[in-house]
Amino acid sequence: MNNQNRILTGTALVMLLLSLFFGVFAALSFFAPNFFSGLMPFQQVRPFHVSAALFWIITGAAAGICFYQTDVFADVKPFSFLTGTFTALWVTAIVLIFFSYATSEFGGREYWEFPPFINWILLTAWLFFITAFLRTVFLSKKEKPVYVWMWSTGVLFFLFTFIEQNLWQFSWFRESFIREMTVQWKSNGSMVGAWNQMIYGTALYLMVKISGDEGIARSKKAWFSYFLGLTNLIFNWGHHIYNVPSAWWIRDVAYAISMTEWILVISIIQGFKHKLAERDRYRHLTPYRFLIASEGWIFLNLLLALLMSIPAVNRYTHGTHITVAHAMGTTIGINTMILLASISYMLKTDDSKHKKLGTLFGMSYWVSQFSLFIFWSALIVAGLVKGMKMAAEPAPLFSVVMESVYPVLKIFLYAGIPLAAGLIVILVLLLKRLLNDKKENE
Amino acid sequence: MVTRVFAFLLLAYFVYSLSVYFGNSGEKPSTDVQKGFAQWQSKNCQSCHQLYGLGGYMGPDLTNLMSAKEKGAAYASVFIKNGSARMPAFHLSDGEVEQLIAFLQWVDRSGHTTVPADKVTSFGNYQLDK
Repeated sequence: MNNQNRILTGTALVMLLLSLFFGVFAALSFFAPNFFSGLMPFQQVRPFHVSAALFWIITGAAAGICFYQTDVFADVKPFSFLTGTFTALWVTAIVLIFFSYATSEFGGREYWEFPPFINWILLTAWLFFITAFLRTVFLSKKEKPVYVWMWSTGVLFFLFTFIEQNLWQFSWFRESFIREMTVQWKSNGSMVGAWNQMIYGTALYLMVKISGDEGIARSKKAWFSYFLGLTNLIFNWGHHIYNVPSAWWIRDVAYAISMTEWILVISIIQGFKHKLAERDRYRHLTPYRFLIASEGWIFLNLLLALLMSIPAVNRYTHGTHITVAHAMGTTIGINTMILLASISYMLKTDDSKHKKLGTLFGMSYWVSQFSLFIFWSALIVAGLVKGMKMAAEPAPLFSVVMESVYPVLKIFLYAGIPLAAGLIVILVLLLKRLLNDKKENE
Repeated sequence: MVTRVFAFLLLAYFVYSLSVYFGNSGEKPSTDVQKGFAQWQSKNCQSCHQLYGLGGYMGPDLTNLMSAKEKGAAYASVFIKNGSARMPAFHLSDGEVEQLIAFLQWVDRSGHTTVPADKVTSFGNYQLDK
C-alpha cells in the first residue's frame, strides 16, 4: 500500500470512528436532551454523525478503487499526481467541514450540512479522481469485467448527482418548493445508487479474488444485475417524495421500477444453497466473513426497501424510524461490511504473519452483527408504532406519539452501544494494522 | 452491446432529469420567504425537524404547522423565540422570526405531508391533488 492509499484508508477509518462516537452521542441526546445539549446541541451533533458516515462510505469506496486499479490495470502506469491531488483536496475539505460544524456554520442541506463553498473543493477533488480513474480505464487494453463498469458508473454518477445536489444554489431551482424538494431528493436518492455501484463493484472484485473465478464478474447474471442496479439508480428515488405533490409520473415510474428489485430477492433465495457451500470453503478468511454478513443484510434491507417502495405501505413508513432502520441497515449492514472486507483485504489480514488478528476480532464481529440486528429491528418496531399513530385522522400530538415510541427506542440505544463497541474494536485493530503496514514498508 | 445499453441509460438519465426539473412548478417565493429559507438552512433546522417527512426525528414535522388547528404563526413564534426542553432558543430578531414564518407558510401552501386514506388507489399508488 502506498502513502496515498494509506492516507485515504486511514481517513475513512477515522471517519467511521467519529461517526460511531457522534451516533452514540446523538442517541443519548435524544433521551437526555438537557444534559447532552449542554455539552453539544443536537443540531450540531447530527451533522458530525451524518457527515462522518457519508465520508466513511465515499472515502472508503474511493480508497478501494485507487488500490485495486493498480492490480486490475497493471498494463497502465498509475496517475499518481492526479490521485495524490484528489487525496489532498478531499482530506482538506473534510477537515474544513468538521471545522465549520465545530464553529456552528451550517449549510442546512440534508446529508450535506456544511457551508456550500466547501462543495467546490470536493468537486475539484472528485474531478481529479475521475480523470485519473477513467483515463486508466480507457488506456487499458484489457477486457473490462462488470466490476470495472460498476466502479466507472459509480464515480461518474457520483459526479452527476453531486452537481445536481448543488443546483439549489441557482435561484430557479428554489422558485417552487415542490421543485426544490423533488430535485434535492432525486439527487440524494441517485447518489446512494452511485456509491452502491462503487461498493458493490468492490464486493464483486473481492469475490473474484477470494474464489479465483474471474467468470463470476463476466457472467450474464452479473451484467443483468449491473444494469438492473443502474436502472434503479436513475429512476428509483421517488419513494423519498411519494407524499410531495410533484408530477404524478414520478411516483408511477419509481413504483414500477422499484418492483423490478423483486428479481434480486428471488435470485438471492435461489443462490442460498450455493452460498452455504461457499461459506464453508472461505469462512476462515476475514474479508469473506464481512462479505457474507453484507449479503445477509442486503437480503433483509432489500425486503424492507421493496415494502417501503409501495406507496400504500410508504404512507405508514415515511418519516418514521423505519426510514432510519433502512438507512442504518444499508450503511452499516451493507456498505460498512463491504468496506471492512475491502480494507481487511488491502491490509492482508489473512497473511500468515497477521492471520490471528485475534479472538477479539471474531468476538467483535459477532457482537456487532447481533447488536445490529436488535438495533435494526427496534427501529422498525418504533417506526411501526409512530407510523400507525401518525396515520390516524386527525393526527395526534407529536409528543403523545413519541411517548409510545420512546420505550422501543431505548432498546435501539441499548443495542447501539455494543454495536458501536464491536465496530470500534475492529476499527482499532485495522488502524493498528495500517500503522504496522507503514512501518513494514519503511 | 454493453456500451450501447449504458449509453441508452445515460441518455435516459439526462432526459428524465430535465423532465423532473421542468415538470414541477409552484408558487414563487417572496423576498421574506427566501430570507426565511436561508434562516432555516443556517440554523440547520432540518437536523431536528422534517418537511414532507424528510429531515430529523427530534421534533415534529413542520410542513403544515401554519395551517394546523390551534397552531399557526403565533404558536410557532413562541417556540422559535424561547425554545423548549428539546429545542434551543435561537435568539432571532422579530424580523428574522417573521421571515422564518413566511418560509413555513410558503411550505404549507405547497401541499400536505400526510396522505389521506382515500387518496390510495387500488394499485397501491397515490392520486394526489396539486
